[in-house]
Amino acid sequence: MKPEDQESTNVATLDPGPDKIIGPGHDYGTVTDEISGVVLRPFLKTPPQMFIGFAIAFILVNLLMVAVTWLFVRGVGVWGITMPVAWGFAIVNFVWWIGIGHAGTLISAILLLLKQDWRTSINRFAEAMTLFAVACAGMFPVLHLGRPWLAYWLLPYPNTMWLWPQPRSPLIWDVFAVSTYATVSIIFWFTGLIPDLATMRDKAGNATTRKIFGVLALGWRGSAKHWARYQKAYLLLAGLSTPLVISVHSVVSFDFAVAILPGWHTTIFPPYFVAGAIYSGFAMVLTLAIPVRRWYHLEDLITMRHIECMSKVMLGTGLIVAYGYAMEAFMAWYSGGQFERYAFVNRMWEGGYWWTYWILILCNIAIPQLLWSRRVRMSIPAVFVIALIVNVGMWLERFVIVVTSLTRDFVPSSWGTYYPTIWDWSTYLGTIGVFLCLMFLFIRGLPAISIFEMREVVHHNAESEHAHRD
Amino acid sequence: MTKDSPQYWRSLEELAQTEEFRAFVEDEFPNRTPDWNDPTSRRRFLTLMGASIALAGASACTVQPKEMIVPYVRQPEEFIPGRPLFYATSVSTAGIATGLLVESHEGRPTKIEGNPLHPSSLGATDATMQASVLTLYDPDRSQTVTRNGNISGWGSFITALTEARDAAGLKQGAGFRLLTGTVTSPTLAAQIQDFLAGFPAAKWHRYEPCGRHSVRAGAVAAFGQPFNTIYRFDRAAVIVSLDADFLGPSMPGNLRYVRDYSDRRRAAAENATSPPPRLYVAEGTPSITGGMAEHKFRMRTSEVEAFAASLAQELQSPSSESSPDVRALAQDLSAHRGAAIVVAGDHQPSNVHVIAHAINQMLGNTGKTVVYTDPVEAGPIDEVASLTELVNDMRSGEVETLLMLGGNPVYDAPADLNFLQELKKVKTRAHLGLYSNETAAWCHWHIPEAHYLEAWSDARAYDGSASIVQPLIAPLYGGKTPHELMNALTNQADRSSHDTVRDFWRTQHPAQDFDEFWQISLHDGLIAGTTFIEKIPPAVRPAALSVARVTGLEIVFRPDPSVGDGSLSNNAWLQEMPKPQNKMTWDNAVWISPTSAQKYGVTTGDVIEIAFEGRKVDGPVWILPGHADESLTVHFGYGRTRAGKVANAIGFSAYALRTTAAIWHGSGAAFTRKSSGYPFATTQHTQTMEERDPFRAATFDEYHQNPEFANPEDKHVSPETTLFPMWGYEAHKWGMSIDLTACIGCQACTIACQSENNIPVVGKAEVAKGRHMNWLRVDRYYEGSLDDPQVSYQPVPCMHCENALCELVCPVAATVHSAEGLNEMVYNRCVGTRYCSNNCPYKVRRFNFFLYADWDTQSLFGARNPDVSVRSRGVMEKCSYCVQRINTAKIESEKQDRPLADGEIVTACQQVCPAQAIVFGDLNDPNSRVSKLKRQQRNYGLLEELNSRPRTTYLARLRNPNPELEKG
Repeated sequence: MKPEDQESTNVATLDPGPDKIIGPGHDYGTVTDEISGVVLRPFLKTPPQMFIGFAIAFILVNLLMVAVTWLFVRGVGVWGITMPVAWGFAIVNFVWWIGIGHAGTLISAILLLLKQDWRTSINRFAEAMTLFAVACAGMFPVLHLGRPWLAYWLLPYPNTMWLWPQPRSPLIWDVFAVSTYATVSIIFWFTGLIPDLATMRDKAGNATTRKIFGVLALGWRGSAKHWARYQKAYLLLAGLSTPLVISVHSVVSFDFAVAILPGWHTTIFPPYFVAGAIYSGFAMVLTLAIPVRRWYHLEDLITMRHIECMSKVMLGTGLIVAYGYAMEAFMAWYSGGQFERYAFVNRMWEGGYWWTYWILILCNIAIPQLLWSRRVRMSIPAVFVIALIVNVGMWLERFVIVVTSLTRDFVPSSWGTYYPTIWDWSTYLGTIGVFLCLMFLFIRGLPAISIFEMREVVHHNAESEHAHRD
Repeated sequence: MTKDSPQYWRSLEELAQTEEFRAFVEDEFPNRTPDWNDPTSRRRFLTLMGASIALAGASACTVQPKEMIVPYVRQPEEFIPGRPLFYATSVSTAGIATGLLVESHEGRPTKIEGNPLHPSSLGATDATMQASVLTLYDPDRSQTVTRNGNISGWGSFITALTEARDAAGLKQGAGFRLLTGTVTSPTLAAQIQDFLAGFPAAKWHRYEPCGRHSVRAGAVAAFGQPFNTIYRFDRAAVIVSLDADFLGPSMPGNLRYVRDYSDRRRAAAENATSPPPRLYVAEGTPSITGGMAEHKFRMRTSEVEAFAASLAQELQSPSSESSPDVRALAQDLSAHRGAAIVVAGDHQPSNVHVIAHAINQMLGNTGKTVVYTDPVEAGPIDEVASLTELVNDMRSGEVETLLMLGGNPVYDAPADLNFLQELKKVKTRAHLGLYSNETAAWCHWHIPEAHYLEAWSDARAYDGSASIVQPLIAPLYGGKTPHELMNALTNQADRSSHDTVRDFWRTQHPAQDFDEFWQISLHDGLIAGTTFIEKIPPAVRPAALSVARVTGLEIVFRPDPSVGDGSLSNNAWLQEMPKPQNKMTWDNAVWISPTSAQKYGVTTGDVIEIAFEGRKVDGPVWILPGHADESLTVHFGYGRTRAGKVANAIGFSAYALRTTAAIWHGSGAAFTRKSSGYPFATTQHTQTMEERDPFRAATFDEYHQNPEFANPEDKHVSPETTLFPMWGYEAHKWGMSIDLTACIGCQACTIACQSENNIPVVGKAEVAKGRHMNWLRVDRYYEGSLDDPQVSYQPVPCMHCENALCELVCPVAATVHSAEGLNEMVYNRCVGTRYCSNNCPYKVRRFNFFLYADWDTQSLFGARNPDVSVRSRGVMEKCSYCVQRINTAKIESEKQDRPLADGEIVTACQQVCPAQAIVFGDLNDPNSRVSKLKRQQRNYGLLEELNSRPRTTYLARLRNPNPELEKG
């Protein structure tokens, strides 16, 4: 059987339904072949959708290059930010991307610790998504600086002037939170890849490929000692990542919660931001997994059970987010604070951006309630559309928080409006391009599903079947 | 060594005889040897070297005027690089002088201040004067003499002028005409008279586009003579303004009037026994004065005359038929005989002035609150008639040579005169001006004029006091003064303006001690004993009242609140100064009331075509609450075509509609809506306080009953609301108090701050985005009805909070607190996250979204304050409490080993304020003015409930309404 030839596979790539996390008839070999086949097939056998998708994403990357060049040449004034709305798309996008990253860490770390076996076929994929999302997110804090070439001043590096960052600023906490998060995520992801890289090395058809994977596999031989050490390290990393799921977005929320601005100054922000992050992260995993699953015929590895589980997580975190919105509004009313109350009146009715709030409610609260229905959860197109809607909704949530609050603060004379410019949009779309480009390259170049963990799944299935027969 | 060289040498010169030394020198300093061998030229070389080194250090590359000028505060011997010197001079606005002290850094004027000794300034200036230093350095100023648009020379011009004069001289000067603005300069007037004496048939025409035409006419109609009226607001308990904007920049003496008026208000706020003044204003176009009024009677500008007449009628014979307003007004006036003022507006017809003079006489105000003197201007005439005569003569071909000393009649003459068309018939046309403007374009000759900071001259203030205009810098572009032109006409082309002015005053003060007199006059900025003495005018001749009621849509012409009559249009500071009434920048608009806008179906941003007397102009509409119904106000100063890069092609020209008959307003205008969506750039979008209370006000009575009204319980935050001990502030504790009772909202502080702190101009597009840079903004709030709201002005600089929210969130410690309580911005350290601005509840921080500071235009560098950094792109900036001034004073006091005295540190906004509403000082000194003000019960902090502990606090506004009218 040639791995690149789907037709020759004697295992049908049929979705086994909502109960199974793997299609029937899989053994170690078929799992390995199917996953590595995605990577090792000849260049021209790449599904055409991938080429089209990559081409679009690459155009967007070039758009980003143009936008960033113009930004560096002229200054942040090319964006729509102004006084009083000194933060705009850049911060909205930053929070949005960071949020999207969360699903990966949650799936790989927390679900690993909770022994949720359905995570196996999507964790690699989600982790990669985390990395790329954090990469996109990480660009914005630098791009949005008035003097981006001095971004390193936010780092505590020794200097002759004995000048250090100002530790009371949440932006400094951000620097640490996000950089730690990025570092741990990349180590976790790479550690997870090592056994599969060795498999790829062993299966590689030509010398160059073998060499590349060989170097990356760091001499993995699959000996028991390797595996024993590996399991321990992996679990430790999972333990290390777990608090990060909570901490990163909590810290990001401090950017707002610590400030005095009505609409920002809210104690519920940390948990509500974390829930929102997971919400949007799962939405993004679904957004990406559904087409890839179809293009590469992976329906038997990413099964309806996966889709359904993720839908349920989305529904659950969505409800937490809904609670957050309700509490924000309730506290604004209950506090009796004039500014706080007005911030909500403005958000919902008065300001020029009231419609963003209601679209956000529609996207994040109303529409996802459809997921209560099993029929909706079982419908691929419905889940895909809802996931897209949640992505939009979560972006709008950040827009409402960042922009709408800034337009109306304390002194009415300084109230203003914000209109994004073409450069705001270009930068945003550009980072989506970067994200998709990296995603496409990842899917084509590395095993997007964890081979060795899928083998474990096969093994467990066989064992339980065996036990059942006994 | 050669034989005849000395064995022993005492100096290099002797040794230099040797071949070796020659060779050595030749080798070491090629081409220098002759200098070494020639003792005289060597010495000269060394002298030059030494001098140029000294000059390089001392004066950089600026040019000093060659005549001696006298510093105000410090001696010339103390000329120390880095230390500014102050010189007294004066600036003329439509001919009327205001005394100034100008700060000069290394021979480069950088900042305008008022002259405290000058009666019309008392240390204050207005926005226009503040901005005039920018005009000095304007790269668009005309730089060369031109003939038919080509570069020429002063000498060629003199030849041409002399020829023209001599040709006219054959006919006693017939055909030779002079056109000037209003002239108060005694020297210039004497020169012109001299010339006219030699050429009796030559004529001197005068026209000031926004001059005091009806004031003059009113005085002549009332008294038969053009008496000058001076108001004493310090003595007035009741003031009735008949459309007189005596607090605004268009009325001569306004700075003094603001001071006198606000002094009284402040005194009343501080001392319950001192009665507050009460101001009634009848007006159609909202003015700064209208904003201060206790009672504003909103009426069309053309109805003010009838209102004045009915007031006079009511005062003479009270009648129950009068309106309650007029009755209450008359009662109040009658109750304050001798302590009341009725002021007629400069832009009201002469009849209103006659009525005002009559009422003042009737109430016995004359000699008490209203003082008359001889006219300030030289040879007062009806300027509109004078210009009309000139145009008629041009039409009939009688004018062969026209010499214009300043002015821009092609742009600003009344449209019905067709000035340009007739001008073209004049054989020789010459124009002296700061800019090669619309008029210069149609003249054979144009001569660049010296800016007042480059020129010697003199001028009279609103009360006749004469002061010398001394230059601070030699003309940057070789500009000439009118004195030099007049000298050329009287065959003294080589005589300098300095000599002319000095010689004139020698004739006025022929005593032995003239040198001393001259020194003192220059030093003080005021010539002692020139203030006009009070005159007792005859009884007022009754006015011939026009009974015809005006109908139809009214059009009102006014100088622009920021750029005035248009002569200052090319000043970017003024263009970007938010106009007090509507916070609009970079434009003029057609102001209309909300009711009329609804009636005619137009809204803000609609472009309309106004037709008046057969002429048409397109302009955008601005709905202005408080404007009279059935009335349009248009402002001059825009629609320039040859003003310069800043002002060309912005706005529309209201002069194109103005006629000699309707010089300030007329009726019968009509308009049609053409398009909509004209983009305005304003700095404030929300017009009301939105049920908040940044601006707190009460009546004087309410204040006396409830002194704590400005500090309601729920705004209090106890000092214990923190876990940490408060910082001690042991040395100094800087603070500022802004008295809203005194503040009139004139925006002078904004421009003073801009000048002091090198604040860049961002342009209309950036202002429209909300990116204006003014560190000190003046908020304007409306309260009450849309048609006739109460207007409140509130200057907002940085609050320098003790618990500064901005400092907390800056990731790189670029904004930090000083040990003296200043919230400091470290530009070098700022990376531009803008988080500080987001967290500032007062939104006083300004960000350089682009590279706003002009790093390319060399000439503008001169206007910059060397004590303040010029900010770069991507950096946040904000009010620093003028930290450079604080440090200068601290260094001085340390050098002299003495404590800082209260009042030694004056911020730029405080110094400029004509109302003295802003006071800065040390809060650690319980006897400092600012400490005393902050102990007043009406003192409150903006958003104090946030526990930001602002150091800038406000004294609540107090009003003194008439209980009679309040009830109605």
